[in-house]
Amino acid sequence: MRKAFVPLLGAAGFIFLTAPIIIARAPFESTMGLVQKIFYFHMPPAMLMLLSAIFCGLVSGAYLVTRRPVLDWTASAAAELTVLYGSIALVTGPLWARKAWGVWWQWDARLTMSLLMWMIFVAYLLLRRYGGNGSETLAAGLALFGMATSPFVYLSVNLWRTVHPLTSVVPTLPVDFAFPLWYAFTGFLLMYLALMTLRVTLERQRAALDQLFLESDE
Amino acid sequence: MTFDFHELSIRDLSRNFGRRRALSHVSLDCNAGEIVGLLGPNGAGKSTLLAIVSTLAAPSSGNVFYGRRTATQIGATLRSKIGVLSHDLHLYSDLTARENLIFFGRLYGVPDAESRALAALDRSLLAERGGDLVSGFSRGMRQRLALERALLHEPRLLLLDEPFTGLDDASTVSLIERLKELRSAGCIILLATHDLDTAEEVLDKAIVLRDGRFVGSESDVRGLRKRYQDRLRAAVATT
Amino acid sequence: MTAFWRVVWIVVRKDLAIEARSRELLNTTVFFALSCVIIFAVSFVREKPLGDAAAGILWVAIAFAGTLALGRTFERERYGDTLRALLLAPSDRPAIYVGKLIGILSLLAATEIVLVPLVALLFQAGLFSHPLLMGALLIFGTIGFASVGTLFAAMLARARSRDVLLPILLYPVTIPVMIAGVKGTSALLDATPQLQMAGMWILLLVCFDVVFLTLSLWTFDPLMTE
Repeated sequence: MRKAFVPLLGAAGFIFLTAPIIIARAPFESTMGLVQKIFYFHMPPAMLMLLSAIFCGLVSGAYLVTRRPVLDWTASAAAELTVLYGSIALVTGPLWARKAWGVWWQWDARLTMSLLMWMIFVAYLLLRRYGGNGSETLAAGLALFGMATSPFVYLSVNLWRTVHPLTSVVPTLPVDFAFPLWYAFTGFLLMYLALMTLRVTLERQRAALDQLFLESDE
Repeated sequence: MTFDFHELSIRDLSRNFGRRRALSHVSLDCNAGEIVGLLGPNGAGKSTLLAIVSTLAAPSSGNVFYGRRTATQIGATLRSKIGVLSHDLHLYSDLTARENLIFFGRLYGVPDAESRALAALDRSLLAERGGDLVSGFSRGMRQRLALERALLHEPRLLLLDEPFTGLDDASTVSLIERLKELRSAGCIILLATHDLDTAEEVLDKAIVLRDGRFVGSESDVRGLRKRYQDRLRAAVATT
Repeated sequence: MTAFWRVVWIVVRKDLAIEARSRELLNTTVFFALSCVIIFAVSFVREKPLGDAAAGILWVAIAFAGTLALGRTFERERYGDTLRALLLAPSDRPAIYVGKLIGILSLLAATEIVLVPLVALLFQAGLFSHPLLMGALLIFGTIGFASVGTLFAAMLARARSRDVLLPILLYPVTIPVMIAGVKGTSALLDATPQLQMAGMWILLLVCFDVVFLTLSLWTFDPLMTE
C-alpha cells in the first residue's frame, strides 16, 4: 500500500496542475460568472468529507471488534482527512454562497450535517490528543456514533428546512460543466488516497519504531 | 453446571502503550492451594498483570488460561470465580458496611446475601460498625471490609494488589492467617506486593518483575528480602 | 434475560439508596437547571415574551443539566474505583449500562418536572396545552440524550480531561435530539399548534432512541475494556 503513494501523488499532482486550465475553459454560468467556479473546489472536498466520515466510522467499528492496529491507523488518518477536507469545504462553501444566495450560511440539511460531521471529527482528534491512555478505543466509539448520527442530522434538518441546491443539479449539468467537475473530483480523490497512504505508512513506521525500542531493551 | 478451574496459566503476556512497556512476555503457572507472589518495584507491571488476569484489561499479546480455556471462551461466568482486592478497595463511601456487602453479594449472585454479609462482618470484626458509613472507616477497617467483599462469592482465584499497605501489625497477622485458610480451602491466590518481610511468611513461590519484564523466580521464599536486595544492589552497580 | 434485569435493578437500587441519603445530585442538578433558565430569562426577555425562545431554552437547560448529572454520576464511581468493581461482576456488562441509564433518566425526570413549569411561567409559553405530546417529546428526547450520554460518560470515566471532553463528544452526536426537541416543542407552542408536525418529531426521536440504545448496548463492553 505504501508503494502506491508516489504514483497517487503523481497522478493527483498532474490533475491539480492541469485543472486550472480546464476550469478556466469551462463555460461561465449565466448568473454568477467567475464565482461559480469555486464550485469545482468546493463540491469534491465536501462529498469526499462525508464519504471519509462514513469510512472512518466503519473502520472504527471494525477496530472495536478485531483490535487490529492497522484499522486504528486507518481510522485516525481518515478522521484527519475528514477534518482537512471538511475545512476546505466549509471555507469555500460560504465564499460561493455569499454570491449565489446572498448569505454566508444557511441552516439546511446538507450544510448542517456537514458541519456536524466536521465537528464530530474535530472532537475525535481532540479526544485522541488529550484523552490519555486508551483513547484509541474511545475515539473509535465516537467515530461509530458520529457515523450513526449523520442520517438523523440530515433527516431532522430536512424536516425543518431546506435551501441547498438539490442533488439533481449534478446529473443534469451540461457536459461542459460536468467534465471539469469530475476532473476536479478525481484530483481530490487521488489526493485523498495519496495522503491516506502517507499517513497510514507514518503510523505503521511509528509502531515499528516503538516495537524496536521495546525490543532493544530486552 | 457452574464453571470452575484449578490452574491458572499465564502465557507470554505483553501489554504496551505505544512506547511504554507495561508488561513484556510474562509467563506464570499457579495451581489451586498456592499463594503466588508478584514482586518488584513500583511500575514493574504487577497491577497491569492483575488487571489482565481479572478481565478488566486486554493484553497486547499472549493469553491467560483458566483451566484450559481463555476468558473469551468462558464468558461472563468466569468473573463469578474471580475475587479482586485492589489498592483502591472498591467500596462505596456513601453506603454502610453492611449495605456494601449486601450490594456486592447480590451483584455477584450470592444466594442469601444478607446472612453472608452478616457472617462476613463478624469475621472481619466489624459487626458493631456494620451500620456505619464506610467514609468514617480507617484504612485498616476498609481493607478488612474490602477483603470480605472480595470473598463473598467464594472465588476460586483471588487477586490482591498491595494488600499489606497501610495495615498495622494486628491486621497484617489476621490477613496472613486468612490467606492461609483460603489456601487450604483450594484457592489460587495471586498477590502483588513490595513488602518482602510479610511476603516471606505467606508465599509459596514468587516471580520478580522489573519494567514489565520477568527477571527471576523464587521457589523458596525464605531469605527473600536479603536475596532481593542483593539482586537490586547488583543491578544498580552494573548501571 | 431475568438475570440481566436483576442486575439492572440491583444497580438502580444502590444508586437510589446513595442518592436518598444526601440528595446531593438531585438538589444540585435541579438548582443548576434553575440558574440556567434564570440567566436565559434575563438575557432574552424583551417587552413582550418571546414564546419561541421557551422551546430552545428548555432543551438547552436539559442538555446542560444532563451533562453535569452524567459527569457527577460517574465521578461517584471513581472514588474507590467502584466502576471497575461493577465491571468485575459476573453479569452481562450492558446490564451495568442500563442500570446507570435508568438512574440518570430518573434524575433528569425530576429536573424536568421542576424545569417545565418554570419555563412556562417565565416565558409565558403554553407548554401544558398539549400534555401528552409534550410528555412524549420530553420522554423520548431525554432517553436519546441520556442513552448516548451514559455511554460516553462511562467510557470517559478513566480518561484524562474527561470533564470537558464529555460535552465536546456528546453535543454534536445528540444534535438531532436537540433539533427534534426544540422544533417539536415549537410546533406545540405555535399560534396554531401543529400537532402532526410534533408527532413527526416524536417519531424521529423514537427512531433515534432505538438506534442509539442498540448501538450503546453493543459497544459498552468493548469500550469499557482497557
